[in-house]
Amino acid sequence: MAKPIIGILGAGKLGSTLARLGVQAGYDIIIANRHPVSQLNWIMATMAPGATVMTAEEVVMNADVIILAIPLSHYRNLDPEAFAGKIALDATNYWFEVDGTTNTISDLKKSSSEVIQEHLKDSLVAKAFNHMGYHDLEIEVDRHPHEKRAMAYATNHDSIRPTVEEIITNFGFAPFDLGALRFGLYLEPGSPLFGEAITTEEFKEKIDHIYDSSFGKKIIEARGGEIK
Amino acid sequence: MAEKEKYTFGIETFGDIGFNEDGTQLDAGQALRQLIKEAKLADELGIDVIGLGEHHRSEYAVSSPEIVLAAIAEVTKNIKLSTAVTVLSSDDPVRVFERFSTLHALSNGREQVMLGRGSFTESFPLFGFNMEDYDNLFEEKIAMWQELLKGEAMNWNGKLTQKLTDTTVYPQLPKGETIDTVVGVGGSPDSIVRAVYYGYPVILAIIGGEPSRFKPYVELYKKASDQFKKPLQPLGMHSHGIILEDGEEAKRVGWEYIKASMDRIGADRGWAPMSRDRFEFEVDKGSYYVGTPEEVAQKIAKNMKDLDMNRFDLVYGTGGQLLHQRNETIRLYGEKVVPRVKELLGGE
Repeated sequence: MAKPIIGILGAGKLGSTLARLGVQAGYDIIIANRHPVSQLNWIMATMAPGATVMTAEEVVMNADVIILAIPLSHYRNLDPEAFAGKIALDATNYWFEVDGTTNTISDLKKSSSEVIQEHLKDSLVAKAFNHMGYHDLEIEVDRHPHEKRAMAYATNHDSIRPTVEEIITNFGFAPFDLGALRFGLYLEPGSPLFGEAITTEEFKEKIDHIYDSSFGKKIIEARGGEIK
Repeated sequence: MAEKEKYTFGIETFGDIGFNEDGTQLDAGQALRQLIKEAKLADELGIDVIGLGEHHRSEYAVSSPEIVLAAIAEVTKNIKLSTAVTVLSSDDPVRVFERFSTLHALSNGREQVMLGRGSFTESFPLFGFNMEDYDNLFEEKIAMWQELLKGEAMNWNGKLTQKLTDTTVYPQLPKGETIDTVVGVGGSPDSIVRAVYYGYPVILAIIGGEPSRFKPYVELYKKASDQFKKPLQPLGMHSHGIILEDGEEAKRVGWEYIKASMDRIGADRGWAPMSRDRFEFEVDKGSYYVGTPEEVAQKIAKNMKDLDMNRFDLVYGTGGQLLHQRNETIRLYGEKVVPRVKELLGGE
């Protein structure tokens, strides 16, 4: 497809940063949050000039690819029918500050993006843009112009890998294919990969040793073995 | 001749517990008494504000900043007594009012409350609040705060706060006086918009990366004033720093203590430890004000100018540090850095 229209749900720290990067990369960016369009309009005109503000429904309807930059626990509000056939890039994380002190959504046996894929059953979900701090999306990228930072993604849909990789590349990162969506667990908070804005080589090194970490050991304990 | 721009320069601390020269750590009581001495020094040096953060963690001594500020009030003359921040979301606005109107009386109006959502979240379970209500709690409580500041008998029907019927909160402020209120903001556009909506000045926490990346936030602050037809309030920033005559020593101290502090917080939040090259970057181009007085002054002046800032608060003692390092940072900030920044900015 030609450059897809990218919709972003959420215009907070992450959503507004991704909107800025998307516009810089030459994409048509449409964005929504819980505020009325009239208010978000002037906010985005400053935070990400060039992005178009719509209602959340309009964003889902008009976008080819939708980035979820909302609190994880809000996923239940997403309408699976409206999302049907679309690519959804899940940038959410279970974050106790907004999702509550106990994670009742996902665990070490089922990663949060798998929960979202089950909910958005007719969509093509990839986990992406979740493991780097919103500030480092700009700081670590800007200060390493010649050494792209690895942005990992995971999906069960091989057909969307080229599109996801192209978006990640155009946003300024080196795509790193983790494989099936269940491997997205490696990117969740608590993992040694979470929060990392490092090169592909460094990222690979960390993945290779993930089961040496306390997080990896917890995975083995919970699942009776490594993720296969 | 045009009137000279007026700037405000403060110091802030979260109450990081310092270390003796022999490397032993102070106990919490010693750390609190040390803080009073440091505030007294800052006042003598003419520093405008001291801001104390509220934390509920082992590495910080200050959980009740207003009590410490009241003690500071007794040994200082001019310095403004601020929090940095008061975690309003997990506090009771009525009690915050009572504490600050008390401080207002005791300090003859030198108090300032810096309201924030808090980047640490220990206070939520500690005081029995649900993290799920993080946003709504702040939204409702800042609205309640504004009502309380009117100082009149109050009617309030909150969802997450208490109901008040024709209730006056004491001690009342003297007629025509108010509690100086500012809002501390991290990286959320909504937080800036909200502060402007309520008409409070904003202090941006710029603790990583090139400060220039906050330009959109500064623009948003100005634009929000237009949108809500509110007078443009002064804007401030806070950042970590260590100032020593020996710049290399300052960097060594920074690498030891600022890194330790950031890594400790990062471990809780699942972030990676700080790398040496990131630290160097923060010192050279980023948000750490670590070096000689001249280096730090140049950097503060440049960033205040770039971001159109009216106030700069230096967070000192990050990670604890040796007492003489804390002391020298405050002394050099007051004696050399602040006058030099004013000179560079051509203001006072």
